[in-house]
Amino acid sequence: MAAPKSSTRGHPGRALVFITVVIAALYGIMFATGETTPRLGIDLAGGTSVTLEAKPDAGGSRDAINPGNMNTAVQIIRDRVNAFGVSEAEVQTQGENHIVINIPKGTGEKEAVEQVGKTAKLYFRPVLKAESQPYVPPAAAPSTPPATSPPPPAPSSPAPTSAAPSNPAQGQATTTPPAATTSASATGSTKPSTSATAKSTSSSSASSSAKPQGRVIPNLPEATPPPATPPAANPPAAPATTPPPIDMTTSPTQTDGTPVPGVTPTDEEKFAKLNCSDPAQRGIGNTTDPKANLVTCDSEPTEGQIQKYILGPAVIDGTDLDSSQAQLPQGRAGGWEVALKFDGSGTAKFKKITGALATGQYPTNRFAVELDGAVVVAPTVSQELPTGEAVITGDFSRKEAQALSNVLKYGALPLTFTQSEVSTVSAALGSDQLRGGLIAGAIGLFLVALYSIMYYRGLGIVSLVSLLVSALLTYAIMCLLGRGIGFALNLPAVCGAIAAIGITADSFIVYFERIRDEVREGKSLQPAVARAWPRARRTILVSDFVSFLAAAVLYWVSVGKVKGFAFTLGLTTLLDIVVVFLFTKPLMVILARKKFFASGHPWSGLDPARLGAKRPLAYRATRRPRPTVEPKEA
Amino acid sequence: MSRLSGLRSVGHKLYTGEIEYDFVGKKKRWYALSAVILLLALGGWLGRGLQQGIEFEGGAVYTVKKDGVTVSQARDAIDEFRGDHEPIIQKVGKDEVRIQIGSKETENFNQIRTALSEKLAVPVDNIDSELVGPSWGKEISEKALQGLLIFMVLVVIYLSIAFEWRMAMAALVALIHDIVITVGVYALVGFEVTPGTVIGLLTILGYSLYDTVVVFDTVKETTRGIAKQNKMTFSEAANRGLNQTLVRSINTSVVALLPVGALLFVGGGLLGAGMLKDIALSLFVGLAAGAFSSIFIATPMFADLKERTPEMRQLAKRVAQHRAAQAKASAKAGDAGEVVADGDDDAADGDDEPAEAGSASRVGAPRRQQPSRSRSRNRPSGKRKH
Repeated sequence: MAAPKSSTRGHPGRALVFITVVIAALYGIMFATGETTPRLGIDLAGGTSVTLEAKPDAGGSRDAINPGNMNTAVQIIRDRVNAFGVSEAEVQTQGENHIVINIPKGTGEKEAVEQVGKTAKLYFRPVLKAESQPYVPPAAAPSTPPATSPPPPAPSSPAPTSAAPSNPAQGQATTTPPAATTSASATGSTKPSTSATAKSTSSSSASSSAKPQGRVIPNLPEATPPPATPPAANPPAAPATTPPPIDMTTSPTQTDGTPVPGVTPTDEEKFAKLNCSDPAQRGIGNTTDPKANLVTCDSEPTEGQIQKYILGPAVIDGTDLDSSQAQLPQGRAGGWEVALKFDGSGTAKFKKITGALATGQYPTNRFAVELDGAVVVAPTVSQELPTGEAVITGDFSRKEAQALSNVLKYGALPLTFTQSEVSTVSAALGSDQLRGGLIAGAIGLFLVALYSIMYYRGLGIVSLVSLLVSALLTYAIMCLLGRGIGFALNLPAVCGAIAAIGITADSFIVYFERIRDEVREGKSLQPAVARAWPRARRTILVSDFVSFLAAAVLYWVSVGKVKGFAFTLGLTTLLDIVVVFLFTKPLMVILARKKFFASGHPWSGLDPARLGAKRPLAYRATRRPRPTVEPKEA
Repeated sequence: MSRLSGLRSVGHKLYTGEIEYDFVGKKKRWYALSAVILLLALGGWLGRGLQQGIEFEGGAVYTVKKDGVTVSQARDAIDEFRGDHEPIIQKVGKDEVRIQIGSKETENFNQIRTALSEKLAVPVDNIDSELVGPSWGKEISEKALQGLLIFMVLVVIYLSIAFEWRMAMAALVALIHDIVITVGVYALVGFEVTPGTVIGLLTILGYSLYDTVVVFDTVKETTRGIAKQNKMTFSEAANRGLNQTLVRSINTSVVALLPVGALLFVGGGLLGAGMLKDIALSLFVGLAAGAFSSIFIATPMFADLKERTPEMRQLAKRVAQHRAAQAKASAKAGDAGEVVADGDDDAADGDDEPAEAGSASRVGAPRRQQPSRSRSRNRPSGKRKH
């Protein structure tokens, strides 16, 4: 009987001092570093959270989804988000194929979210055929879901017949209005020469968003006089284009007669059916095969027009692009432009494609920048560009130029992603939810305290104090982890903490019930506390292990918010063990020596009579002296 | 009045640890009850199916916060964007409206938000929006299923090592029982299944097993060395362990349900729809099922499995013989009352005064005897440890 007691003597005080020191140290660090509140997640603080999922490539292969590529993608997305001046944005991989982007409330939030959406691969493809159609907004045409879509394109679809009118119309449709706004002379010269077409298109873009149009010129100061260079590049093309009208009629002739090289009948068919007014058909977000032709649309309409294209196989990969930058023209008049710089292999490919395109006629002198299945920009080329440096002009606004530059620079993700989830939470709702969680936690804690005290009386106080110690530890660790490992408290995490009240309190209940069992057996309190411990300890360890296992598995396989929940659950389970071992148990050992508990005061919750102990009085009378003597001996 | 005092006496017996209910012996009753509930749950699941939130179909949800905003205002505002799905519009709390649309066009997502802000005259910042791709819910549930399977395998391995495989099996059955019931309740009541629900469901895994493990731990203790005596069958010993932890099981369940209930009250009542409510609801249903299964399913099932082993069969036979002999002896002695209980007492006691055992209350007797017996077995080992 003396053995168990001696083992627990001396220890309890030390353990209590230890845990007090730990708590004091944690709070010391907290206040020293200023991390006195946990970092809040987007759903509590307000902001936007985007979850992206990496898609297998066109062939269905998942080989590309590996940690290396995922990390590159995270890096690129982070750059892209930071480019919008978002502070404290958080981009991280989750699981093997997800990236979560958390953007707090603040500047650039909306733009960043839109940009993050554009997460595709970037390809440079030659334009084999292009056609413009009037853009009918979906709201105005609610009756054009995919099923009924073939009819609307009908007007433009009889390419062989009506293409002749529509094509030229398109050729100018985009070019003429801007021409009015900027250089009428350019439009005037549109028909005579391809170079002029190029120029006109550039001016077309000038008028507004200008995305599909634009013009590529060398990025050289000497090249500044654009009129000078196009002619230079023109001569070779001139013979072909001398009959200007042919420029317009070429495509019809190409379509029915000898088709444009590389365009298959299937392409033509698809092209004819394509209705770019229907967003569902626009091909945005599609995974494309860089080795095959692509029939697609502009990603956005311009001036009420939207173009559709047949594009050749990709010539340059987006990754070949070294840098891109929005800039104001040097020594030229005009709006913002985007400068491109290719790397070594990109330069060679770019030289080749521009050389080939420059000899083409509109629209085959254009190359399209395809992002995510749709065309972002399709500038004309009027000369070979051998240096790997070029400028896309088009009188962009500053914003447009920057957006385009970002797309070019950061569009080259190694993987294709789709948006699995986007959620925007206002700060108001976030704080409502947080308040709700805290209120629920307070009510829950209060009810648990009330129940414990009613049932366990004095022991209930012990369990309440232990719960508070556990809460103190949890709070401190959450605050510190915010900085340490970027832990952010989100709503599921709050739920996890509240649900954990039960698991934590249960450990105390297990221990208390064991002690009461021993008291019922007729033991006095000190031996009862000592003897109950090894059995309670095993139960607590075994059951907490199972609970921790559940949390760990959940954390391991889960995505997004579920992780926060699993994390708090696991953390509180571990802390539960710490608190029971270092606080509740030593406290009980100490309290067992106090007269209030040891004498079985009715309010101690350990009254042997109330517990229905065996041989209540007689037993105590005979055996009580022994235990009280023994501690002194030991 | 009499019922009240009956309840009170049950409460008192629980408090004093005198309760002795034959859970294992009356297992058929509980199995039947469980089977009915399971059938209902499965019927609801297969028949009615689950009402899935937008996370499983794709779509967008906007929550507009404005004093006095009405459902019809919101309906007008969203009307032009409605696609092939009827928008679902709910009033949430006192100053919020939740608009759910099935439209999957990501590009209209921000447009709609702006349009809503104009039409309802609410700053854009006061509109919460959530866009969900059609595969998101599937992904989450796939992950959840994956987690579930991994967890089950690990737990079975762990319990087989810590206890024995029969306990692992019984725990697993209890676990599946809880999950089916929870899912069934969702199907029957028509609660919406969201990722929050999935989180709650996964937590039940841990919790349900936690509860079961604590009960098993005691059962393991009370059945230690069971084969070396002939006074008790395995089932009886297991039932004794179950009764010993009954107070704990009830208290734990109450203590676990109280905070979750508070969460449900605040999340569902004060805040309206949201993740808080979703998690709390599935936790609440699952915890209740878990408390039931750890007492009424897991242990009886374990006892069942165990009774089938040759040793336990022999033990049962020995106990029956022993009891028959006891009964004969006591019949001869002319003591007609409480044959089995007395026999048990006398046999177990040995060192106790027979007079006291005889005068002890019927319910209390077996409970008091057994632990003291097992204690005397435990004692030496306890000493050795320290």
